Amino acid sequence: MHSSEQKAPLISARGLVKYYGETVVVNGVDLVVYPGECFGLLGPNGAGKTTTLRMLMGGIMPTGGELTVLGYDIPAEARAMRAKVGLVPQHDNLDPDFTVRENLLCYARYFGISDKTMAGRIDDLLAYANLTHKANARIPELSGGMQRRLTLARALVNQPELVVLDEPTTGLDPQARHVIWQRLRSLLARGTTLLLTTHYMEEAQRLCDRIAIMDAGRILAVDSPRALIARHIEPVVVEVRGDGAHAWAQGLPNGLGRIEEVGETVFCYLQDDHFVRDTLRQRMELEYLSRPANLEDVFLKLTGRDLRDA
Amino acid sequence: MTPERPTPRWHLAPPRLSLRWLPVWQRNLLVWRKLLIPAILGNILEPLLYLLALGYGLGMFVGQIEGVDYITFLASGFICASAMNAATFEGLYSVYTRMSVQKTWDGMLAAPLSVDDVLLGELIWVGTKSLISGAAIMVVALGLGAVKISGALPALLMIFVVGLCFGAMALIATSFARSYDFFMYYFTLLITPMFLFTGVFFPIDQLPAAVAWIAQLLPLTHGVEIVRPLLMGAPVQDFFYHFSIILLYTLCSFYLSLVLFRLRMAK
Repeated sequence: MHSSEQKAPLISARGLVKYYGETVVVNGVDLVVYPGECFGLLGPNGAGKTTTLRMLMGGIMPTGGELTVLGYDIPAEARAMRAKVGLVPQHDNLDPDFTVRENLLCYARYFGISDKTMAGRIDDLLAYANLTHKANARIPELSGGMQRRLTLARALVNQPELVVLDEPTTGLDPQARHVIWQRLRSLLARGTTLLLTTHYMEEAQRLCDRIAIMDAGRILAVDSPRALIARHIEPVVVEVRGDGAHAWAQGLPNGLGRIEEVGETVFCYLQDDHFVRDTLRQRMELEYLSRPANLEDVFLKLTGRDLRDA
Repeated sequence: MTPERPTPRWHLAPPRLSLRWLPVWQRNLLVWRKLLIPAILGNILEPLLYLLALGYGLGMFVGQIEGVDYITFLASGFICASAMNAATFEGLYSVYTRMSVQKTWDGMLAAPLSVDDVLLGELIWVGTKSLISGAAIMVVALGLGAVKISGALPALLMIFVVGLCFGAMALIATSFARSYDFFMYYFTLLITPMFLFTGVFFPIDQLPAAVAWIAQLLPLTHGVEIVRPLLMGAPVQDFFYHFSIILLYTLCSFYLSLVLFRLRMAK
């Protein structure tokens, strides 16, 4: 259904496995990312997202499986691949002793890009990151959002075909997140391919053409956000809260839909909400919210509601 | 049911060296230049204090050793010890900061650099720091008239090699480190004994035979054996023997630290 699926994949992983000792962290991941798309790895903490990315970048050795990125065999040809890929790591690792401009210049040298070549690129990168006015500021003077934007600009010094982003907006305030999203969309408009991990549903839903939902080292489903919702979950969700919610739920007829009771709240996953809303009109003590199903509902259905740090 | 693992011993492969270490070295130089004035002052002041206090103060009682004034004897040894200290500090604290605290290495390793490139760049930078520190003391010692200018240049080259040697040894410790605290042991158990027992302050043959024998196994002893005669204006005895031992320490330590860092960075 995706137009770019005709082209040769940019990333192709088959049966990717990573063990740490006897613990399996990535457990047979198949992954295909096509040129020009934004592909999201969505999963709870500890799902194996970062480990998967690190294998893609050639930083750690897969225990098993086959992996090519930009046509390069990974990890054998990782160095040549990395020359054409940009990475935005989970935690900023900008050089605190350098100015914004020096950070870009210095990072470009790691790619073998001459200072002369960078002189022509650096103003564009600063403008892209909205940091032109901060070019000579040192890193501790920048806000979290500015540092993130600089990290993003830094990942573009080598004009990469593919940009890999590990939780690009974790820890940012809403304004800063929206700026990052908008910057990423402008990259997509230029034809750059994006692979990102996130545990923010709305980030995945807003940015990604396709999403892989990952948990416990496995990919549970892959599709566009709308197709995932259509395939895996009922279209309407009614959330009911209040003292009598559970009793109310007991009284619902069988076969109405999927009813889940979580703490104080009853979640009703339904084909349509007319009947439920009718019954709720007579129960003024119950608060309720009727909404279209979203990615979070799919995510919770596929990965469960258990806490990941428990 | 662990799947069959590919077990090529990739981490034991010989070092793959190329000129890609250069941007790593350049990065460290750029940071150092920003702190130039305090760094240089520290490099000059500390040895100046030592040379004045011990060289003249203690020198009054010692008189001459091996046919030269004590300050000449001391300065030529102290340059080596300072190279060791500078290299060890940089190889432990600074490299650990860049690797683990600031994650500077992670950024480099996302570029087309390998652990081999990064580590070589760090090692050559550590050697450079020793050279800078050695040169600063050389200026002080020359100003005091304590050393001969004729041997200064070859002595500085040797100081660079001593820096590489102790840098490579420190990298082994850094590859194990989980915090800065760990480095205290390294200094106390390895560097301080070497500072005191390898002929920096007095000739090794003053030591009990067993201790003198152990001192022969330590790399700083051999650095002093080469640098001291150069700065006293005397011929170097058994240069290749002393140099080989330092080189052996350097190469073995670098390879071992490389294997350890390859494993650590792939975790």
